[in-house]
Formats: sequence, structure tokens, C-alpha cells
Amino acid sequence: MEDIAEKGLQVVVGLAVFAAIIGLIMLLVDRAPKSGREKVQIAGFLAPALVLLAVGLVYPALQTSYLSLTDRNGEFVGLDNFVWMFTQPEALVTLRNTVIWVVLVPLLASSIGLAYAVFIDRARGEKALKALVFMPMAISFVGAGVIWRFVYAYKGPEQDQIGLFNQILVWFGQEPKQFLLDAPENTLFLIAVMIWIQTGFAMVVLSAAIKGIPTEIVEAARLDGASAWQQFRNVTIPTIRGSLIVVVTTITIGTLKVFDIVRTMTAGQYETSVVANEMYTQAFRAGEPGRGAALALVLFLMVLPVVVYNARLLRKQKEIR
Amino acid sequence: MSTVPLENKKNLLPDVADDATQGRPTMQRRVKQRLTSRTATAAAVIIAVIWTIPTFGLLISSFRPEDNIKGNGWWNVITDRQFTLENYADVLSPGGSQSPNLLSYFVNSLAIVVPGTIFTLVLGAMAAYMFAWGRFKGKDSLFIFVFALQIVPLQMALIPLLQLFTQVLKFGDFQLLPSGTYAQLWVAHTIFGLPLAIFLLHNFIAEIPGEVIEAARVDGAGHSTIFWRIIVPLATPALASFGIFQFLWLWNDLLVALVFSGGGADVAPITQRLAELQGSRGGEWQRLTAGAFVSIIVPLAVFFGLQRYFVRGLLAGGLKG
Repeated sequence: MEDIAEKGLQVVVGLAVFAAIIGLIMLLVDRAPKSGREKVQIAGFLAPALVLLAVGLVYPALQTSYLSLTDRNGEFVGLDNFVWMFTQPEALVTLRNTVIWVVLVPLLASSIGLAYAVFIDRARGEKALKALVFMPMAISFVGAGVIWRFVYAYKGPEQDQIGLFNQILVWFGQEPKQFLLDAPENTLFLIAVMIWIQTGFAMVVLSAAIKGIPTEIVEAARLDGASAWQQFRNVTIPTIRGSLIVVVTTITIGTLKVFDIVRTMTAGQYETSVVANEMYTQAFRAGEPGRGAALALVLFLMVLPVVVYNARLLRKQKEIR
Repeated sequence: MSTVPLENKKNLLPDVADDATQGRPTMQRRVKQRLTSRTATAAAVIIAVIWTIPTFGLLISSFRPEDNIKGNGWWNVITDRQFTLENYADVLSPGGSQSPNLLSYFVNSLAIVVPGTIFTLVLGAMAAYMFAWGRFKGKDSLFIFVFALQIVPLQMALIPLLQLFTQVLKFGDFQLLPSGTYAQLWVAHTIFGLPLAIFLLHNFIAEIPGEVIEAARVDGAGHSTIFWRIIVPLATPALASFGIFQFLWLWNDLLVALVFSGGGADVAPITQRLAELQGSRGGEWQRLTAGAFVSIIVPLAVFFGLQRYFVRGLLAGGLKG
């Protein structure tokens, strides 16, 4: 209890300091001399956020770019870290895995999410069905890691299985399997967790888009005798194309940065590492900040085209409207 | 990441929450009824069951006695109905160093997340207000720059930011953001949350009718009065949506915590402890199942209690990570 009181006090002090800073800013901008008041007020409102961003995001990003060119002792080594990344077998596995992740997760999560959105649009109990698939979105990746490690849990063939997947294997007369240990397919079982989480996101966004399709169009297609599949292909897909692309790109970005799932389920061992996890391992565990920075930079370069594409698409749509 | 392009944003929320069906014209309801198909319902139910079973299995297991969890699968509860609260008592209680001591970490999570969310909201709203209604040179380019900062993966900022906190912001024995307290986490989370916060809140605040603000200006109100008396009350829905989103994101974070918390029971959040337990006690399922559930109970409560805000935040802001 003493412990909790102490922590509570820390929070109260933190909030009080913050309130004092904000209060001071408000007081100063209100008291500013009349002539330059507008400028002072604008500066006062923008400064806290902009200073934090400059110090905490812009400067560090530049610093990381430089760090990627240094070795563990901080000496300049040119592109050595990148050479390491693209030549060493263990680093290449990391890159290969990241590619597998970024191909499979957006594709499968969006497809399943879309199919599910279409199904529930015609199903009873839509609200409950939606909540069930959406629920994993609220669960942390760490929590999801525990949930799925339990599903994949392994016991020897002579013992009772406690993991659902191995029990199913046993029911079908197979040997139980070390799902998370056997490379290379173990990466696929980690990917399944990400798909489990992201499908709900795809479903909610696409479901909202499907409901936005004007009823008249759907009715017209029906009157023309279009089958359910034809309606889906020729009416639904083209109409929600914009939302679909946003879903795919958003999941792609999230997948590129995936860290927690790999960290908690295998810690990147057994050939399951991905760029975001390897970055952490190199920088904060192996004492190789240069390599970590290089990996972070590569991550940035992979995310960049997706975001730019997304932004351009959005602008185009705004212009059309 | 970006706004979801939806043709009818106004109808979005009720549709998602699925209470619009009551208010809809009968024509639409008829269509919905005619489209309701058994195959679609069956397919949806199958997917929903597959999606829910892993979480359900974890929940059931967390109430089973230790020997049962380790001895056989959770589906055996059908024949062997033994339940206990002992696992929860065990993971929560502050025993020796061997104990998971989750209550302490749970408090840490709250102590990190609540101020972290408030700071981001206040600073984000202040900057968003100026970007929407302030008049100064270079406003648009500056706003686009802040928007573009979302591209920078937080991995890019971690190494230099940690150095900054521990080495640069240190004056003799005085550390501006002392290690071993929540301060570093608050600031780091605020920085990483700001680009998205400013962007989303700007979109909302810019929609507030200009006459309201002009009228206040004519009455002689300065920016601070307008901000606190007009903008904040009118922007409450957007603040709530983003606030919930930020709350969940911080609660579920692992990476930032690993880098800045130090890992002890005095600062580290529950996700970090749970990840640790998975690594060191991977076979202690009685603790992992109960622990996982303790960690996901808050996000689940937020999710089910405030689902419509959560969904709205998601649709407006895409994913962050």
C-alpha cells in the first residue's frame, strides 16, 4: 500500500508540474504586450509540441542515420553495417522473414476481414459477431503472445497435450509438433497471430465501407439477376476499393514494424527474427548500436514508399470529391 | 496513419454500432432481411468461433488448478469441473522476488498511461488549434512536416532519445527526467503520440464553424480563452476518440517500456512483466494464463464499454505502431 501511495504521489507531482507549465504558458501569452501579442500567443501554443518533436523525433532520427555509419565504438565505418545486413546469413534470415510477414499478413488479414464483413452484412446477430472478431485488436501483442503460445504448447507424444493445436494433431493420429521451434515454418505460426489481430481492423473498416454502398446500386444489380459472387466482384469490390487500399497499406505499415509478437514468443530465436526485433536486439542487447541504427533506417526506407503511396492516393480522392 | 476515405462519414458511427437499423427506413430493413442468408451466417459463425477460441481457452485455463492446467487440455473442463481463484491470488500478491507481483506492475501501467495520454491530448490540441486557426507564415508547410513525422518509425528515435535522457539532460547529479521514475516514459510516449494527435485533432478542430471563433475574438477574447472555453468543449468527441486510442496504445506498449523503464517493479508496466514471465517461466501456465488476463482486462473493459468511440478513432486514424 505504501508502494501504491508513493506511485500515486509521483503521478500527482507529474500532473501538477505539467499543469503548472501549461498554466504559465497561458498566463504569459495573455500578458504579452499588445503589439506582438498574436505572435507570442501562436508561439506559446505551438512551442511545447514542436520543441518535443524536434528534440525527441527529428534530432534522434538524424542521429540514428549517422549512427548507422558507425561501429560499436562509435567510429565511422561507412556502409559496413549495411554490408553486414545484406551478407551475413543470420541478418539475411531476418530480412527474408520480414518479406514473408509483409506479404502474408496484409493479404490474408484483408481477405479474411473482407469475407467476414460480407458475411456478417447478411447474417443475424451482426453486432456480437463483429465484436468477437474485433476483440483481439484491444489485446496487447504481449497478451496475444501468451494466448497463442498456449495454443501452440507442446508436450511429448506419451503425455496429454495441453495445447489445442497439438491435441488436434493427436486426434488426427499425428505426432505432436514443436510449432515455434521448427524452422522455417515457425515463422508462419507467428504470422498467424498477427493475422488474428489485424483481421478485426480490416473487417471493421471494410464493413463500414460496405454499408456505405448505396442501396439502389445493390438493388439494381439484383434486379439484373447478378449472382452473389457477381455482385461481390462487380459492385462491392469496385465501390470500396479506396477503403481496401487503405486497409492493406495500414496493415502493411503495422506489419513492417512488428516487434512485440516476435519478442515475446521466440525472442527472434529459431530463425524467426524480423527487422524491428533485430534492431532492438542489436542496439540494446548485443551492444551494437550501429547495426541497430542501420536496421532502423532500413525499416524507415521500407515504410516510406507505402506511406507516400497512401498519402498520394488520399490526396487524389480528395481532389475528385 | 491516414484517414479512411468513406463516402458517408456521417453515417459511419451508427452503422458500426449497428443501432442504425432501428431508425432506418423500412425499405432498407427489407433489403437487409432478404439478404440475410443461412450460409453467410454459418460461415460468419465459424470464423467467429475460430477467432474466439484461443482467448476463451486462456480464460478457462486461468481458473483451473495448477496441476490440471499442466496435466491436460482446458477442454477437459467439460468432464472435470474444478475451478479456483488461486492463480489470480498468486500472480497479484506481492510475495518474494519469485512472485509475479502483478498488482504492482498493474499500478505502474496506470501511472504511465494516464498522464501519458493527458499530456499528448493537451499539447496536441494546443498545436492543432494553432494549425487550424492561427495566422502565421509557413503554417501549411510546418503542418505537413509534422504530419510527415508519422512516417518515422519510433525505432529510429530510441537510441538517441535514451542517450538524451540519461546523458544530455543531466546537470551534475540533477537529472531533468530522473531514471527510476515514470517521467522518461511520459515524455517518450507524448513525443511519439504527438504527430498523429496533432493531425487528427486538427482535422476536427478545423471543422468548427469560424463564426463562433470570430465572435469570441470580436468580444476581445485571446487565444487562451478561445482555446479553453470554446475549442476544448467543442472538440470533446474527437479528444475522447483519440484519448481512448492513445490510452490503449500506451497500455499495450512493450517496446518503449523496454527501453525507458529499467524493468523494475517500481516503474515497468504490466506488459513488460508479462513478457518477462514468458521468457523465464514459459512453462508456468497457471501464472501466465491468469497474468495475461489481468493485463488484458483493462483494454477489454475499455473496448466493450467504449466500443463506438474506439471504432470511430480507428476509422479516423488508422493504425499506429
